[in-house]
Amino acid sequence: MAEAIETGASGKLNRRAVVRALLKDRGGLLVIGGLGAPAWDITAAGDCPENLPLWGGMGGAAMMGLGLALAQPERKVLVITGDGEMLMGVGSLATIAVQRPRNLSVVVLDNEHYGETGMQETHTKHGVDLAGMARAAGIPDTRLIRQAAEVHALREAIHAGNGPLFAQIKVDEKTEPLVLPPREASILQARMREAILGPEAHLQ
Amino acid sequence: MQREQLEMAPDAAADWPDRIYALLKEHGIRQVALVPDAGHARLIRRCEADNDIRVVPLTTEEEGIAQLFGAWLGGQKGVLLMQSSGVGNCVNMLSVAIAHRTPLPMIVTMRGDFGEFNPFQVPMGNATQTVLEAMGTLVKRADRPEDVADTVNATLRLAFNTYRPTATLIGQRVIGAKTFGK
Repeated sequence: MAEAIETGASGKLNRRAVVRALLKDRGGLLVIGGLGAPAWDITAAGDCPENLPLWGGMGGAAMMGLGLALAQPERKVLVITGDGEMLMGVGSLATIAVQRPRNLSVVVLDNEHYGETGMQETHTKHGVDLAGMARAAGIPDTRLIRQAAEVHALREAIHAGNGPLFAQIKVDEKTEPLVLPPREASILQARMREAILGPEAHLQ
Repeated sequence: MQREQLEMAPDAAADWPDRIYALLKEHGIRQVALVPDAGHARLIRRCEADNDIRVVPLTTEEEGIAQLFGAWLGGQKGVLLMQSSGVGNCVNMLSVAIAHRTPLPMIVTMRGDFGEFNPFQVPMGNATQTVLEAMGTLVKRADRPEDVADTVNATLRLAFNTYRPTATLIGQRVIGAKTFGK
């Protein structure tokens, strides 16, 4: 039986609980965490070399996932990012749809706000439908998720490798405690490369 | 006004696009991210015909910076092809390559720097090298067809040997050789 996923005061899913559920028994899953709360969320679930939390590059997370997924077709790649970050790079949904990497999933934790800058509303608060945009771009599996059972099904789909997959998960807007990953980005890059490529990574 | 004068593709007899392609193969480039430019048209066709190179057309050039970072995470080398106007779209995303120390070679065909017809190309073309250098990129220029291959080779070597963004700017005089000649 899958674990329960807590909800917040709004009745929407708690972002930390969602990420914990998605990363449970993750195996060789490679994870890119978008700038801001998603980077802290993947770190709270357990920092490891297969995590690449971003401290910048707003709008780039999904494309980083594409480059990684194309380079490592045998590994599953999961991008977890926020609604503001995804909106800034929304054209990349079209680029990803055209490339069709089966091993790439992009998950947006949609709290409808810019959480790091004072909780200003994003476009999704006003009805912009990111999952619909992904579907219109041609991504074959798109999901708008509000329920715990859908999160568990999403985890299975991420590991199935029938992507590309895009999921927009409505989450509670409560700000969670900061759980910061290493900030020296050359270490973040090197540790993931070594986890994938072995010691040869540093001799490429 | 002929279409060629607007777009300025290289002379059909010029061999520098083929020499760039040979360098991409020599350096083991596997991902080519691009927003098309007429100056790169022949190189793009060569890459598209190569089953060992994944050509990824972008909606905006900064996507390519992010993509090539992901490629390097996964152990593949890539290169970003674009026109000088696209450099302006990349500015903040270059911080990703700088902070992570990612090899990130760019091959930029220049507009707005030699015999330009379109006023909109001039501001970014004039600022291209300054903007790249302000963002920590090592920039080399090639303004003669015979210099292009050596300059691109240096750009690829500097990127992959020293872990940073690098760029070759191919001057408009090279690209527009047919129209603007010697």
